[in-house]
Amino acid sequence: MSSSTSDPRFSAAGPPRRPLRLSWGDERLRGIVWQLLVVGLVVSVFWWLWSNTVHNLEVRRIATGFGFLQREAGLPIGESLIPYTPADTYLRALTVGVLNTLKVAVIGIILATILGTLVGIARLSHNWLLSKLAAFYVEVIRDLPLLLQLLFWYTILQGLPGPRQALNPAEGVFLSNRGMKLPFIEWTSVHWLALLAMVVGIVLTWLYARVARAKQYADGQPRKVWPAGVALIIGLPLAVWAALGAPFTPDIPALRGFNFQGGITVSPEFFALLIGLVTYTAGFIAEIVRAGIQSVNQGQWEAAEALGLRRGDILRKIVLPQALRVIVPPMTSQYLNLTKNSSLAVAIGYQDIVSIANTTLNQTGQAIEGIAIIMLVYLTISLSISLFMNWYNARIALVER
Amino acid sequence: MSDITLNTAVSRVPGDASAPREAPIRTTGAVAWARQNLFGSWLSTAVTLLLGYLIVRWSIGIVEWAFLNAIWEVPVVNGQAQTQACREIKGIGACWAVITEKHRFILFGTYPFEEHWRPALVCVLFVCLYVVSAMRRFWNWTLVPIWLVTLTVIGVLMWGGILGLSYVPQERWGGLPITLILSTFGLAFAFPLAILVALGRRSKLPAIKMLCVLYVELIRGVPLISLLFMASVMFPLFLPEGMNIDKLLRAQVAITLFAGAYLAEVVRGGLQALPRGQYEAADALGLSYWQKTGLIILPQALRLVIPPLVNTFIGFFKDTSLVLIIGIFDLLTAGKTAIVEPAWQGFGIEVYITVGLIYLCFCFAMSKYSQGLERDLNRHRRR
Repeated sequence: MSSSTSDPRFSAAGPPRRPLRLSWGDERLRGIVWQLLVVGLVVSVFWWLWSNTVHNLEVRRIATGFGFLQREAGLPIGESLIPYTPADTYLRALTVGVLNTLKVAVIGIILATILGTLVGIARLSHNWLLSKLAAFYVEVIRDLPLLLQLLFWYTILQGLPGPRQALNPAEGVFLSNRGMKLPFIEWTSVHWLALLAMVVGIVLTWLYARVARAKQYADGQPRKVWPAGVALIIGLPLAVWAALGAPFTPDIPALRGFNFQGGITVSPEFFALLIGLVTYTAGFIAEIVRAGIQSVNQGQWEAAEALGLRRGDILRKIVLPQALRVIVPPMTSQYLNLTKNSSLAVAIGYQDIVSIANTTLNQTGQAIEGIAIIMLVYLTISLSISLFMNWYNARIALVER
Repeated sequence: MSDITLNTAVSRVPGDASAPREAPIRTTGAVAWARQNLFGSWLSTAVTLLLGYLIVRWSIGIVEWAFLNAIWEVPVVNGQAQTQACREIKGIGACWAVITEKHRFILFGTYPFEEHWRPALVCVLFVCLYVVSAMRRFWNWTLVPIWLVTLTVIGVLMWGGILGLSYVPQERWGGLPITLILSTFGLAFAFPLAILVALGRRSKLPAIKMLCVLYVELIRGVPLISLLFMASVMFPLFLPEGMNIDKLLRAQVAITLFAGAYLAEVVRGGLQALPRGQYEAADALGLSYWQKTGLIILPQALRLVIPPLVNTFIGFFKDTSLVLIIGIFDLLTAGKTAIVEPAWQGFGIEVYITVGLIYLCFCFAMSKYSQGLERDLNRHRRR
């Protein structure tokens, strides 16, 4: 035994390193020379570009640096999640842009996932009409440029009648060329507290589900989680809301003069961007979901049925966990694509980070800084989404021996 | 025991065995097909009826709008199109007159009107080039001279200035040729770049590997628009004084760099999918790195990734429309500009549908081709 472990073929060190020979026949030396050449070339190209840039900036008397961020922006922004006036600084304007990008990306990702999953399942339906319709949708939507679709939706929304002749598809909902008006309630601090209670409820449910699972592993008895979940996620916020006086004042939009007052407004720009992004990305997500479900072996369904599981349980406990492994990695890149595609907002006038940074660089002439900001924002967002999805992917990945 | 069997036998209605039994349900033919695929269950029936109703209703609406109530031509007085008739039927019928009037502009932009046969010929040449490249019998080195010759002829046709063709400056090019030029030249340059980067990313040399990873991840992390802005706003700052590169070429560089990063990832997938034995066998034959790569690895790896490559091509063909944002006159920009004229304002839907159909033709052909190819190339794997 001891002789076999001392066999040089099994030692971890590998073959002994030969000394570096000064000859073109030496692979290591060749590698070093190649790397030096390539790195030298790249560095010199960048140095050349850099020196040109510095010279050009001097000639054109453009001051570099991010000092302009503290200056007054003076650019009006139509919709904003935080209070903003044109008198605020460029920094605040850009923050508004980032928030607008995040707003459309988050809502878009949620809606696209829902729509895409539905279409993907519809494509697998036994109903011929439904599956063909879903296939048609996927094929057409994926073959048209997103920018064209955005312009198309925006033109349609612009073509709607004015506020006075607004379409009224449901009680309190108005659709006009000024955007969509939705009824809402007057939002008070009590509602914020209720929302907070809901977050607390979700966290508590998650903890409770973990404890229940640990107990099930210990004694084999399944425990119902959903009654406690409903009580915590829906009951708790309701209780908080009721305990604080249950304020409820409906805020229904109504026509006053030339425009609507009250309610919440979805601007035509945001609406067109959202419809375009969601329908476009859903076409890709549908294909991913379909491939994922089809990747699960038919034998898995049959084996689960043989165990006596119900259909819902089969889908939840047997098929989905296996399908998700195939679905999650391409889904991540679709989420990233949606976020990056939201930059097309600039074409229809939704003021996201690209649009505001573009206006900023036109007003101040700080081209390099403006583009650097855009790139930095997107790199950060992309990196965060991929880190999160990689973490999630690692969690659901197959644990092999 | 026998009692029981006797009882059950007696309890059956006499004469039952001789009565004609109902025929089994049909399993072939149109009715059986409809029963199985359209009315399989209550839910399925409900879905079929609902969808059928909606499809019929929308189809009628679309046919009425696009054909029955549509206006195909309007009178032109003193060079001004009289579009009152179109405005009256807005929302009820389409105004295809905008296409009748503006189709040359949408297709070829501001290219001199009498010379329109040249961009038209260029488009035909591009399509022929795609068709030839798609044929598997040309998948060898003959493709390189074919591409070089065709692209040169296209350049001569667009610019002119020789062979009796009048010179047309690049600023006057527009429409479909620009879209085809941006996507074709972009891919032609991006593809070799992508192969180099993909090889670099798999390289054992740390510095080269790091450069390639950095390039791919940086480009893939930012939207194409930011690169296009960079090309249009920042690029002039990068170059020495007096040296000027026109806008189309700058956008072309941005698109090439962008496509290179994405294609590199696709190619890398093919390199990774290749079994290790192929690398080791090539090493055992004593081939050098470039011989190994060129003769053994790449031909197999590229063949593996042709379908995803075509999908990436489709993506870039669509993405060239983004040059609209930096004001380059491609097909979509031409469409958008066609309706700026006051007479035609408000007829965007018709123009966008037409432009969309052109994109759809190209992308649909490519996607069908890629699906067929995937079937063909995987045939040996299926049992």
